[in-house]
Amino acid sequence: MSLENFMSDAISPWMKENGPDCDIVMSSRIRLARNFENRSFPLIAKAEELDDVLEFFQENYQDTAFDQQGALQFIRIADLSPIEKKVLVEKHLISPHLTEHAEEAGVLLSESEQVSIMVNEEDHLRIQLYLPGFQLQKTLNEAFKVDDWLEQKITYAFDEERGYLTTCPTNVGTGLRASVMMHLPALTMTHQMNRLTPAINQLGLVVRGIYGEGSEAQGNIYQISNQITLGKSEQDIVEDLESVVSQLIEQERQARETLTEELSIQLEDRIFRSYGTLRYSRIIESKEAATCLSDVRLGIDLGYIEDMPQSILNELMVLIQPGFLQRYAKRSLSGRERDVLRASLIRERMHLENN
Amino acid sequence: MECQECHIRPATLHLTNVINGQKTEMHVCEQCAKENGYVSYGQEGYSLHNLLSGLFHMNPSSIQDHKQFSQSSTALACPKCGLSYHEFTRVGKFGCASCYETFEDNLNPIFRRVHSGNTKHEGKIPKRMGSGIEKKRKIAAYRESMQEYIQAEEFEKAAEIRDKIRLLEQQEEEES
Ligand SMILES: [Zn+2]
Ligand SMILES: [Zn+2]
Repeated sequence: MSLENFMSDAISPWMKENGPDCDIVMSSRIRLARNFENRSFPLIAKAEELDDVLEFFQENYQDTAFDQQGALQFIRIADLSPIEKKVLVEKHLISPHLTEHAEEAGVLLSESEQVSIMVNEEDHLRIQLYLPGFQLQKTLNEAFKVDDWLEQKITYAFDEERGYLTTCPTNVGTGLRASVMMHLPALTMTHQMNRLTPAINQLGLVVRGIYGEGSEAQGNIYQISNQITLGKSEQDIVEDLESVVSQLIEQERQARETLTEELSIQLEDRIFRSYGTLRYSRIIESKEAATCLSDVRLGIDLGYIEDMPQSILNELMVLIQPGFLQRYAKRSLSGRERDVLRASLIRERMHLENN
Repeated sequence: MECQECHIRPATLHLTNVINGQKTEMHVCEQCAKENGYVSYGQEGYSLHNLLSGLFHMNPSSIQDHKQFSQSSTALACPKCGLSYHEFTRVGKFGCASCYETFEDNLNPIFRRVHSGNTKHEGKIPKRMGSGIEKKRKIAAYRESMQEYIQAEEFEKAAEIRDKIRLLEQQEEEES
């Protein structure tokens, strides 16, 4: 297996599979923060100490295999080109933080791209596990398996009272960040997200857009995650998140129903205009592309558009990001060049589905 | 009034801190307040700066058990990694596992604010240190319910639980 595998496809293999409630929940993610017991945390550790950690991973885990996830590959971030780094960030396989500390950072990636273990991020270890659709419980179980497996060789920084010890006090205890990526076009169109977001925050959960800056959620894609990591078991954290997500799914379904009943022709018009834009435009900015992709995806979910896979939103949302475009062009591109290439890639991709 | 930190700029912030019932007042300029991590500005959203500094002028109950501002803790530093308490409050991050022990006395108010009142881990335990901790948790839970039975004057049930605790404690001694 080579690095090329992780770079060539915009969507990870697991994204092509349909998970539960995948018309609304695109993916479930579990992240566990862990540190070595007797080493300074990456924030203040010396370069040699961090190198030791990288060496440890290289030696112990390179080309090992874990469970059903296929072979694991250890990659030093310093060995990646700027564009390759961007691509891995855009696929959510590594964090921007990791690339900012590239000199001493690494990642252990599974062939399935479901497991990503970041090394020397803010904590020594950030274990991430993804599953398609809405299946947090299963994702947690899988992440625990990886955690137990790593623990065979690593003594974690752990305290009876405080739990897993982390660099940031906001992660201490379970070190768990559970999250789902949701496509919520109907709730956004009907301006209900503005009302729901504060209510969800009140419950100790965080709602944010994944693409785009500030509070906007490009492509109507939101991430919902837990904030509290201490004093609640992983099980409780996941169950609380699940119950809020279930309610959001319900609300989104209702809003979609209302839209199709009351604004059927307007909705259909909007969906097909967006479809036309994606199909025929020659220049398209990422924001417009994201909006149109969201409409088209909604059109697929509601049955207005046939012969298009649901995964087109996941795939094209990644494909239209700057890193991926430049990876494709094999050079860095100006803003205008990106908009032209973006339009052309989208046209090509949609043409592929219709033939 | 001049700033009590730099003695140059005028004090524009007047912070009140209650330690063991003793009220102390601080008069500092904005810059010193910011540099020392007492307050933070212009930071969007949810940051530990705001939370830590919030302790100095938010609800009094959290301030009371926040012994941080005594002379000794200003000089406090982690023996393992060298991170000072002052630096910890400024950056809002720990340097190593030993920092948790070193700053132990000051952590509960911070954790309470970050984790809605929680200070104690309730989740997963590393497999290798598992069984001992599991037992301790069980004993603690038994003790609680024993107290409840005593309160309810159900002494027979309390005695049953007392025996269970003894058994667990014996096992623990044998193992260690
Ligand atoms: Zn001053
Ligand atoms: Zn330390």
